[in-house]
Amino acid sequence: MSGDRALLVEYGDGIDPVINEKVRAMTTLLKRNLPAGVEAVVPAYRSLSIIYDPLATTPGRLAEILHALEADSRAAEIAKAKVVPIPVCYGGEFGPDIGVVAEHTGLREDEIVVIHIAVDYPIYMIGFTPGFCYLGGLDRRLQMPRRKTPRTNLPAGSVGVAESQTGMYPVDSPGGWQIIGRTPLRLFAPARENPFLYEAGDRIRFVPIAEAEFRRLREKEWS
Amino acid sequence: MELFAVRNPGPMTTVQDLGRLAFLDRGVPLSGALDPFACRVANLLVGNPEDAAVLEITVMGPTIEVLTPADIALTGADMGMTINQAPIRAWRTVRANPGEVIRIPRAASGCRAYLAVTGGIDVPLMMGSRSTFVRAKIGGVQGRGLIKGDILHRRAGSLLTRPRELPDEWIPRYAREIALRAVPGPQDDAFREGIDAFFGASYEVTQQADRMGCRLRGPAVHRDGESPESIVTEPTMPGNVQVPADGQPIILLVEQTSGGYAKIATVITADLPNVAQAMPGNIVLFERVTLEDAHRLYREQQKHLQQIREHLKRVYGL
Repeated sequence: MSGDRALLVEYGDGIDPVINEKVRAMTTLLKRNLPAGVEAVVPAYRSLSIIYDPLATTPGRLAEILHALEADSRAAEIAKAKVVPIPVCYGGEFGPDIGVVAEHTGLREDEIVVIHIAVDYPIYMIGFTPGFCYLGGLDRRLQMPRRKTPRTNLPAGSVGVAESQTGMYPVDSPGGWQIIGRTPLRLFAPARENPFLYEAGDRIRFVPIAEAEFRRLREKEWS
Repeated sequence: MELFAVRNPGPMTTVQDLGRLAFLDRGVPLSGALDPFACRVANLLVGNPEDAAVLEITVMGPTIEVLTPADIALTGADMGMTINQAPIRAWRTVRANPGEVIRIPRAASGCRAYLAVTGGIDVPLMMGSRSTFVRAKIGGVQGRGLIKGDILHRRAGSLLTRPRELPDEWIPRYAREIALRAVPGPQDDAFREGIDAFFGASYEVTQQADRMGCRLRGPAVHRDGESPESIVTEPTMPGNVQVPADGQPIILLVEQTSGGYAKIATVITADLPNVAQAMPGNIVLFERVTLEDAHRLYREQQKHLQQIREHLKRVYGL
C-alpha cells in the first residue's frame, strides 16, 4: 500500500534479473487487459505500483485480480523483450571521461567500447528524469566510482558509467557519471507522437558509430 | 486570443491543469495543480471544464495587464488581489477588461493561489496535459515559469451573464497549524519503534518546499536498528512521507516519480490540498487513519465537489 490511491506490490527483495522479469510479466499482463478503475501501472526494479481510482475499485479487488494474473504469468506467453539499438559515438569530445575510465580500469579505450557494447542491458525501471533508465548488466571490468565533482550540465544523450550502473542522460542535466560517449538520438522528444524510444522491460543495445555518422543522425533527429 | 501581458511574473507562477498520468512509467511526473480542489473550483466558477489550464501562483503573485475581456476567478491562498487598485474578493468571478491592471500581491493565508480565466490559458497540449514541468522544460509557456513580457493567450469560451461566487461556508480556511491525516506505509515496518512518536510530534515546514516535495523540521524520525538506510528504488506517490538518513521527513509531491528512501506514511489524497497551502514556518501534525477512513474521506471530498457543481448549476444555470 502506498497511500489511498496506489497499491505497491513487491515480487522479491533486491536488484535481480529474475525478480525484474516477474515485474515485467505482471506489467504486460495488467496492461493487456487494464482492470476497471486502474489509472496507471508503474514498474520498478522489484515492485509494481498500481494507481487506482478509489471511487471505481478497491485494493482488495485489485489484489484478487493480481492473484489470478499470477497464475497466468507462468502459463501466458510473454513476448521476448524488445531490443532497442542506441547508436553511440565513444570517446573524444563526446566521451570526455573515457581516458579516466581507461586509467582506472587498466583497459584501452577500444577495449572499453568492446566491453560496453557486448551486452544487451535490461531496463529495470525508468525514473528520476523523463526517460532515464536504470539498466542492469554492466560488466564488472567497467565498474568505477562517480566523478568527485559532478558536472553541472551534461548534454542530452550523454552515456556514462558509475559504480555498477551504466546509462544515458535523456535531457540536459547535472550528473556525476563518467561520460564515455554520446548518442545523437533524441531519447526524450515531448512533441513526438511517441516521446520515448523504449519502456521498462526492453533491452538497450549500444552500437558504436563514427563522428560523421553522429553528426548526420544528430542533424536529422534534432532539426 | 491575447489575454494578458505579464508586467511582473512573481517568483514562481506556472501554467497548470490536472496533470499527466500517461507517462509516469517513463519518469514523467504527474505535475498539475498542487491544490486540485482550488484549481477545479476556479474553473467551475468561470464556466470552464475543471481540467482547463490555470495559473498557479506561489507565495507572491504577478502584475498583469488585461488585453481581452475575460471573467477571472482567484481561489486557494488569499493574496489580496486588486484590479486597478480596487480590492477583489477571492472565490468569485470578476470581469477583467482591456487596459486594466491585475495585481496579486502576497499570500496572507495559504501558499498557492489559482487564477482561472474564461476558456482556460491557451498553451499547447503536451503529452496529454498543459501542465508545466520546469525540470524537463515541458508544458506551460515554453516549459518554464512566467517571465516579464510574456503574452498569455486564452482559449475560446463564453463570458458569464452575471458574476458567480462560492458560498462563504465552502471557502477553505488555511490554518497555520495543519493536521494532516496519513495512512502508515509503504515502509512502516522499518519504523516499528519510531512510528508512534512520528504521529505524536509536530513539524515545521521549512523553506525547502516546492512542487517536488515539502521538507519538514522537527524531532528526527527513528528508523529501526536493523533497517537499512535506503531501499531498492521504487515508484513514489504524492503524499508519501519519506525519511532520509537525517530523520527529517519530506512529503513528496507531484514532481517526483521514484525514490530510494523508506516512507513511513502517506498523507491521504483528501488532505493533499492542505500540503499545497502550507507556508514555510507553518506547523504540521500527522494523524494516523486507516485506509478505509482515507477512502471514506476521499468520497466525501468528491461529494462536496459534486455539491459545488450542482449549486453553481442551480443558481447560475449552465
